[in-house]
Amino acid sequence: MAIENGNETKVGYRHKARVLGLLLVLLRLAALLATVTATIVMALNKQTKSITAAFVGTNPIIQTFTAKFQQTPAFVYFVIANAVASLYNLLVLLLRPFMKRKAHEIFEHLGGMVMVSVVASGAAAAAAMAELGKNGNLHARWNPICNRFDAFCCRGGVALIASFIGASLLMILNTVSTITLYKNVASQD
Amino acid sequence: MAKASRACVFLLRLLAAAATVSAAVVMATSHESTTLFGLTLEAKFQYTPSFKFFVIANAIGCGYSLLVLLIPPTSSLSRFVVMLDVIIAMLLTAAISAAGAISEVGKKGNSHSGWLPICGQIPKFCDHVKGAMICAFCGVVIYLVILLHSIHTVIGPLLP
Repeated sequence: MAIENGNETKVGYRHKARVLGLLLVLLRLAALLATVTATIVMALNKQTKSITAAFVGTNPIIQTFTAKFQQTPAFVYFVIANAVASLYNLLVLLLRPFMKRKAHEIFEHLGGMVMVSVVASGAAAAAAMAELGKNGNLHARWNPICNRFDAFCCRGGVALIASFIGASLLMILNTVSTITLYKNVASQD
Repeated sequence: MAKASRACVFLLRLLAAAATVSAAVVMATSHESTTLFGLTLEAKFQYTPSFKFFVIANAIGCGYSLLVLLIPPTSSLSRFVVMLDVIIAMLLTAAISAAGAISEVGKKGNSHSGWLPICGQIPKFCDHVKGAMICAFCGVVIYLVILLHSIHTVIGPLLP
């Protein structure tokens, strides 16, 4: 009776471990999707507006204003940071069958700690510039630009939200990997 | 050996608390006003939300460092502390990058948006902000060293 119970609990644990492993893979996929979305949406963020400035006889002089992400160093850093984080997420997902379990866990933990800071800093810098573009700064005589380039601001906002989601998912995954590593060390002691 | 490393981490956390509190204080005491063509141009850190976030984040980092010093290192809370360390390091990094983004615009301007650089008119304010960012950067580096030490304590036994 006791042995049957033991076998049942062993199978129950294995089932639980498998479900948890699948959940972690799903979380990692979600983080990859979030960072890739942030990178691509910000990298393709561009809006051109043309207005007729004056008339020479009957020919209009058209002046074009462009808002690109390359014009702001903070957005360039945002794209780079999210690209590096997506590469990390992709590597963690793809290299699992090719690495030993311990080496993969260590790589995931160390990389995760770095990527959490990198993505958070990229998102913070882009959020600071986005707030400046939306509200301006009257004390410095900096006018807001979002009233003129609304599509640019909208897409930038979507990329920011995706990056924040990616940063929180990365943090959750890092916490889980910390717990797993501590459990391994505790069980070895 | 364990005692020496524990004393080392204690000292590092004290240093991190000192760095973050000095960053917060230096940023909070930065204000300058000049007159330009009869108009008064006043620069305070409260006028920029990024600088407010910088002060608050560094204050939180300092408070957290001092609180953690009170926890005995062998209790069950020490695992929780490792996770919180990562979160606080992330918060401090975000604060530096947000303040850095705004100071870059203040120093070089952005010709595409018609934003003129203002550091020429308020040099002391810009120097204050620069000093605050240097202090916060030192705080982040110290937190990085603390995190590396935690990883070494945890992962070191795992390596062959």
